[in-house]
Amino acid sequence: MAIVRRFGGMLIATALALLMSPAAAEPVFPELTGRVVDDANLLTYPEKVAVTADLKALEDKSSDQLVVVTLPSLQGYAIEDFGYRLGRRWGIGTEKLDNGVLLIVAPNERKVRIEVGTGLEGTLTDALSRIIIENSILPRFREGDFGGGIKNGVRDIVLVLTGDAAEVEARARARIDADDPMIGWLFIILWVAIFFWIAYSMWRSARYAAPAGRSGTAGPILLPGPTWDGGGGGGWSGGGGGGGGFSGGGGSFGGGGASGGW
Amino acid sequence: MLALTHARPGHMLRLACLLLAGVVLAGCGINTIPTLQEQAKAAWSQVLNQYQRRADLIPNLVETVKGYAAQESKVLIEVVEARAKATQVQIPPDILTNPDAFQKFQDAQNNLTGALGRLLLIVENYPDLKSNQNFLALQSQLEGTENRISVARQDYITAVRDYNTEIRTIPGRWWRALLYPDAEPMQNFTAAEGTEKPPEVKF
Repeated sequence: MAIVRRFGGMLIATALALLMSPAAAEPVFPELTGRVVDDANLLTYPEKVAVTADLKALEDKSSDQLVVVTLPSLQGYAIEDFGYRLGRRWGIGTEKLDNGVLLIVAPNERKVRIEVGTGLEGTLTDALSRIIIENSILPRFREGDFGGGIKNGVRDIVLVLTGDAAEVEARARARIDADDPMIGWLFIILWVAIFFWIAYSMWRSARYAAPAGRSGTAGPILLPGPTWDGGGGGGWSGGGGGGGGFSGGGGSFGGGGASGGW
Repeated sequence: MLALTHARPGHMLRLACLLLAGVVLAGCGINTIPTLQEQAKAAWSQVLNQYQRRADLIPNLVETVKGYAAQESKVLIEVVEARAKATQVQIPPDILTNPDAFQKFQDAQNNLTGALGRLLLIVENYPDLKSNQNFLALQSQLEGTENRISVARQDYITAVRDYNTEIRTIPGRWWRALLYPDAEPMQNFTAAEGTEKPPEVKF
């Protein structure tokens, strides 16, 4: 009897544990249908196409994934709470860099949030996110112009993520330095010198060895050629998710970003 | 010589058995307890990290507010003291399994959360301060930190719940009795008043 009772208790405990784990109240998440998930129907078709193109261009350039999502309801969650869960569920950004960003608009709760993946918190800081929301997004939203606000927000986020003018310049300079023509010229001179030296020694050996017949021909000398594409486009061609379907890369979110309301 | 040649296949067999046993046991969850334990510890260090970040932001915030609202010294002192208390709390190595130490830590941090909330409320009365760029940046950083704290706490709560469930339910319970007798249940956060939500800040 005692054994049965004890065993029964264990069974109940196990069953409870099994019941409890999925009960970690998660909201119902929308499906990731593309770079713009407009479940609240705030964008016209041309706007959606234009924004999608901008988002794709950003990923092609920097591998950062930015997704715009509009929600008909936050299901009783704070937008901060909903945002990071949604980002994790979708896995926006690459797993290695955690470089995903969500622009979340909840028109019925009158809330907007920029949710920043853990890898981009240093670039798109909370303060910058707040500035974008206050200055670019909310003024338009207050006029009821959701398309304009979203477009402005995307434009500014892209600007921040791709670096301001000074940084872009510095990066461009760094790239030029990397494939400095000087190094190329040095290679050419070196190879020309080697070529002449080989030719000269062959000519010499041919000259002195000639009377003795063709016994001492130097075999073919194989040397690796200079690698011309060495310093070329490094790092700019990340991302590269397939053309049609869009999906997250497993990036994670830790609550970075800022929110606003109107 | 004979012994040597005999020993070799025996060794191989034993090795294979060990490998097989390892795979089978891993399938039975022999590694689950240490894995979950490490995950919970990682989640905890993230919590500490974010609380630390908040503590680092406060002196700057207090200085900025002081410049505009020196007469609110009561609230300012409260924040400074709460911060001092929170950073002075000793964090013993066994804090996660020590209810008293954990409670003390939690109380100190909650205290600071409350004081900060009050500070951000009085700020509403100072339009000059509210429009100060430095303050705006600080404020959004502080809000972001509060938000990260709540995410880190949520992750910790989930990790500890998984771990505690594992050591209390069947296969894990047996493994614990057999191999991990020192795996104790970890403390979890209790929702205290006003800690689940970051301080509300309106513009």
